[in-house]
Amino acid sequence: MSAPMPTASPTALPQPAQPAEPAEPVPAAEPTSLPLPAEPAPPVGRHLLSVGDLGAEGLKEVLRLAATFAEVLSRPVRSVPALRGKTVCSAFFEDSTRTRLSFELAAKRLSADVVTFSPSSSSLNKGESLRDTVLTLEAMGVDAFVVRHSCAGVPAQVAGWLAGAASVVNAGDGAHEHPTQALLDCYTISAERRRRGLAMRSGSGPADAGDLEGLQVAIVGDIRHSRVARSCVLAFSALGAAVTLVAPPTLLPPSLEGWPAEVSHDLGSLLPKCDVVYLLRIQTERMEGQFLPSAREYKATYGLTAERARLLSPGALVMHPGPIRRGIEIAAEVADGPASLITSQVASGVAVRMAVLYLLLGSGALLATS
Amino acid sequence: MDAGDLKRATWRVAHEILERNRSTSNVVLVGLQTGGVWWAESLARAVGAAAGEPPLPVGSLDVAYYRDDIGLRPVVPSAPTDVPFPVDGAVVVLCDDVLFTGRTVRAALNAIADLGRPAAVQLAVVVDRGHRELPVRPDYVGKNLPTRRDEMVDVTPEGVVIGELDAGAGGGPGPGSALPQLNALASKGAPAPGASTPPPGGTLVPKDAMSAGNTGGAS
Repeated sequence: MSAPMPTASPTALPQPAQPAEPAEPVPAAEPTSLPLPAEPAPPVGRHLLSVGDLGAEGLKEVLRLAATFAEVLSRPVRSVPALRGKTVCSAFFEDSTRTRLSFELAAKRLSADVVTFSPSSSSLNKGESLRDTVLTLEAMGVDAFVVRHSCAGVPAQVAGWLAGAASVVNAGDGAHEHPTQALLDCYTISAERRRRGLAMRSGSGPADAGDLEGLQVAIVGDIRHSRVARSCVLAFSALGAAVTLVAPPTLLPPSLEGWPAEVSHDLGSLLPKCDVVYLLRIQTERMEGQFLPSAREYKATYGLTAERARLLSPGALVMHPGPIRRGIEIAAEVADGPASLITSQVASGVAVRMAVLYLLLGSGALLATS
Repeated sequence: MDAGDLKRATWRVAHEILERNRSTSNVVLVGLQTGGVWWAESLARAVGAAAGEPPLPVGSLDVAYYRDDIGLRPVVPSAPTDVPFPVDGAVVVLCDDVLFTGRTVRAALNAIADLGRPAAVQLAVVVDRGHRELPVRPDYVGKNLPTRRDEMVDVTPEGVVIGELDAGAGGGPGPGSALPQLNALASKGAPAPGASTPPPGGTLVPKDAMSAGNTGGAS
């Protein structure tokens, strides 16, 4: 995670490059005009590099489609022919269990062909550059690259190298961003709140898909090194949630300028107000070094222990992107308790990634931007 | 075709469904998003009433992911599919507002096959406007309506209206409630030959409200 950063600083919060919506193909007119071929304009561009690029409308469209794919996944035949003939390449230059499998399953459930690029057994070992590797794969007819790399900015770089119309999906780059994790977290929160019939704080009605308006969310843990935190802050706040970062000063980025979030160092007093507590993994390699005195001290101050979990309000939800470290950032009985959404988060992953791949490759978004 | 004509056609089709299937025990209705959903619901009530029973089970099916024009134009579903009953062994009556090229029905047949193995699939449409591009034939038709390919057919519970795309029109405001159905139609009807998308900014000009006695072809 602490590898050199080719294009983006790991601590700067990524900003949307430009307004999310591409130019609308149909000029807005009086209400009687036929909004053909579809309205509004496709909310996603050709690539998904930062969750901030989507904007609130794009986020909600991904979450709306994710709900339709969740239904597909509940059928006896859990696939649709939507991306027949398309090829998706997963190129993970860093280890992953759930993200890679979830992306590959998502592509297969859409009837796309999936090829897996394994760096360890590739010509990278013979000295081929990353750029030449990508261009080779593109020449074989790959329509979308799902890229994870330990360096921030690699997916953006790959997107810049592509000569044709292939799409790039960021599956986690260094300490920069992990857009689909944030999307599946938003989906999990709104689906769970609808399931529990919880009204949104801002209004009286039940939650819409992707509506986090007025929710209080605390993100607790190693914010400094977390790409998940960066994407989640952007996505939660874009959908209307108020985000508070809770961490020891050593685990906060040097500057929080531009982050749409508050900071607190007192988890106990925050918990009763939280609708969602989002815990991040504390990496042991950082525990004994310069960032933290000890695991025990972290647990005592910032861990969601069973005693602390009793401070949570009745409807509050506990989340964690995994892999979890039981007994450090979260007590085992809390991770397995009724407030925990940890397994729902994993379950949402396939539907949300189907929505992302479909929007990029099938929905016609490419028609509007290319 | 006004609301009264539509009600009578619904009643007649309900009786045809009963006559053909003899009983309601095994019959379920599935409306195609979005224009077929209200039609499925009215038919379910009408068949139930005709048989002296509660309304038949109704589901809704969105066929977006089964369409053959994905990648040629924007295709996104409007709602999750909701078929809250097993279709294995059932007689599934697909319900849609307008039968045009038959491509939506082709997609729906594939989608139904992914939900299970029905004993039979039948097709009920409010309007058959012709211009088929696939070998699809409806089992129950509210009204046969000869149209030109470039005309729009707008079906709502209030009636059936034919209009045409007129890019140059200054916008005669139509009924606001017609808009969702028009969108639904636009997402189902195939584009006119030679043009993959209809002209942008086109305006629907109601041309001819089909009332009883107008252009023949009622079944």
